[in-house]
Amino acid sequence: MRGPRRDPDMVRAYVRTRGHSSPSRDGLTLTTLVRAADRPLHGLDVEALRVMRICRGPLSIAEIASLLDLPPTVALIVVSGLLDTGHLDSPAPAGQPDISVLEEVLNGLRALAVR
Amino acid sequence: MDSVLSPSDEHLYLPATVTRSAKILIAGHFGAGKTTLVGSVSEIKPLRTEELITEASTGIDDLAGLPGKTETTVAFDFGRRTLSPQLALYLFGTPGQNRFTPFWEHLFHGALGALILVDTRRLQDSDPVLGLFEERGLPFGVAVNEFEGAPRYARDEIRQALALDDDVVLTSCDARNEVSSIHALIAFIEYLHRSRRLEHLS
Repeated sequence: MRGPRRDPDMVRAYVRTRGHSSPSRDGLTLTTLVRAADRPLHGLDVEALRVMRICRGPLSIAEIASLLDLPPTVALIVVSGLLDTGHLDSPAPAGQPDISVLEEVLNGLRALAVR
Repeated sequence: MDSVLSPSDEHLYLPATVTRSAKILIAGHFGAGKTTLVGSVSEIKPLRTEELITEASTGIDDLAGLPGKTETTVAFDFGRRTLSPQLALYLFGTPGQNRFTPFWEHLFHGALGALILVDTRRLQDSDPVLGLFEERGLPFGVAVNEFEGAPRYARDEIRQALALDDDVVLTSCDARNEVSSIHALIAFIEYLHRSRRLEHLS
């Protein structure tokens, strides 16, 4: 039987996200691309610093989660906070795909298939 | 634990020109070849990430008025392929379980659709996976992963066995082979494009 003790993983996730339980931004997805902006890092907590260190080039939030061994939901929250403070940039607003994305994907795949 | 990773050595960054991403889910029953296909197409070593999921469980605890909780780890593998100087495609191997968690929402959110791999030796195992996407309204296509030694059936027979609507794309591939996997993805995206199946996103 599970006792009343707190689940250590839940506590850890809570601390990592400074108590936030969902991303502060709508529209962020696991494939949203981000990169570090040129901003001073002082005042950031350990988790945010780890994210900043790894974001020297464009990466998706899913890659950040995997490379830092963070649960994806935690990575979304940490990245969301860093976008809010301007420490991270997202090259394009995270939007829902439209028909032009389908066409770009199709053209890209076709080019790979005929190489 | 807090070792500084050097992703420049271990992990390939996207070109700085890439501003857009697209996501396709690669689904299928256990052993259908999801991870294999992701690895064949990916330009990076496929990555894995895990989410701990706590769910209310149904069972004997409920009788005592004490709803139980079960914890499971949902792991998924994903890969990436840069398709143009502006666009990166992400392929997410998608487990066929835990559909009602916030984590699933993250997985589905923004996906173009799901390509469902099937093994002809285990066609019945695909039913829950197909059901998941039908219920969810996310467009899907089906690709038979042609395992060596697996029986080959006519497309119509497979379509019938899987109870697929006539308009759902059905293709085949060898998930171990890059070009073959890419052709299956092309067939799927052509289908989405033909049918403009993006209404679910609006």
